[in-house]
Amino acid sequence: MGLLALFRKTPSSANVAKERLRIIVAQERSARGGPDYLPLLRRELLEVIRRYVNVDPSSVQINLGREDGHEVLELSVALPQGRGAGPGG
Amino acid sequence: MAEIIVVTSGKGGVGKTTTSASLACGLAQRGKRVAVIDFDIGLRNLDLIMGCERRVVYDFVNVIQGDCTLRQALIKDKRIDTLCVLAASQTRDKDALSDAGVRRVLDELAADGFEYIICDSPAGIEKGAHLAMYFADRAVVVVNPEVSSVRDSDRILGLLASKTQRAERGNGAVKEHLLLTRYSPRRVASGEMMSVDDVREILGLDVVGVVPESPDVLSASNAGTPVILNGDSDVSGAYQDAVARLLGETVPMRFTQEPRKGFFARMFGG
Repeated sequence: MGLLALFRKTPSSANVAKERLRIIVAQERSARGGPDYLPLLRRELLEVIRRYVNVDPSSVQINLGREDGHEVLELSVALPQGRGAGPGG
Repeated sequence: MAEIIVVTSGKGGVGKTTTSASLACGLAQRGKRVAVIDFDIGLRNLDLIMGCERRVVYDFVNVIQGDCTLRQALIKDKRIDTLCVLAASQTRDKDALSDAGVRRVLDELAADGFEYIICDSPAGIEKGAHLAMYFADRAVVVVNPEVSSVRDSDRILGLLASKTQRAERGNGAVKEHLLLTRYSPRRVASGEMMSVDDVREILGLDVVGVVPESPDVLSASNAGTPVILNGDSDVSGAYQDAVARLLGETVPMRFTQEPRKGFFARMFGG
């Protein structure tokens, strides 16, 4: 580390790495342990929805939670703004 | 009772084989009877790191397929007489290892009086890696302080928690330990490398060892001498400490701080 480094104020690359990892690891851990069919279910649901509304793949969220001893499959679809959004290709 | 320890990582090239060889030697130096097994079928390398490549007559697959006895395939280390190596096969048949076959070999080693069985896992999450971890009681997860290695090792932690005999039978989780390799205190200090605490926090594991980046690792592998046996090296000290922690001893962490420099060295680089 030289003299110039003392005046640098950008976040260190190690901190950037740590933040990125914290997010991706948390995301991958929450997907873990769910049934293997979840990704396929998500894809097929998306196909059906896109026959009617042109939604973005990232606007469909599927979560598997646990409540009072039973599993809850939560599906949330963010519909696009405006009425002009016709069916997708 | 033999304790089965898998050395695993997900990502390749992070130091699994170096670590397996050194931990096995370190445990054996303390008088434990140790067998170290290369699970990397098709890409045998532990024999080179252990320096016994010219004495491999039979391998792991030969034992499983009944071509020879376990005793014939075990290579006795020339330096430490309580240490044996079981080499991987060079076959290209990936299905050469079977669940039942691996179980039989591990049972036989335990019955033979081995106290520690170190399973050197191949990289990846394929069959070899699966079988290396399946029967484990403990796992040493080898990680470089670098994004892809950390992410891959988290994936391995997920498998250890679900795809092992212990997980399936519900008789206690596999005990997981974090071992950081290629650690550079200087780069950590300058913010270029994640610290031990960063990695520990992300993965949520206890740290069994921190091995500094060092040219001694390459020279040890060149010579076929596990680096722990090079007593002059910091790397050897770091592995000795890891062995002590595996055995339940409390040892302060060394080699994680940059040696202190004078004022001028700090101001004008170096």
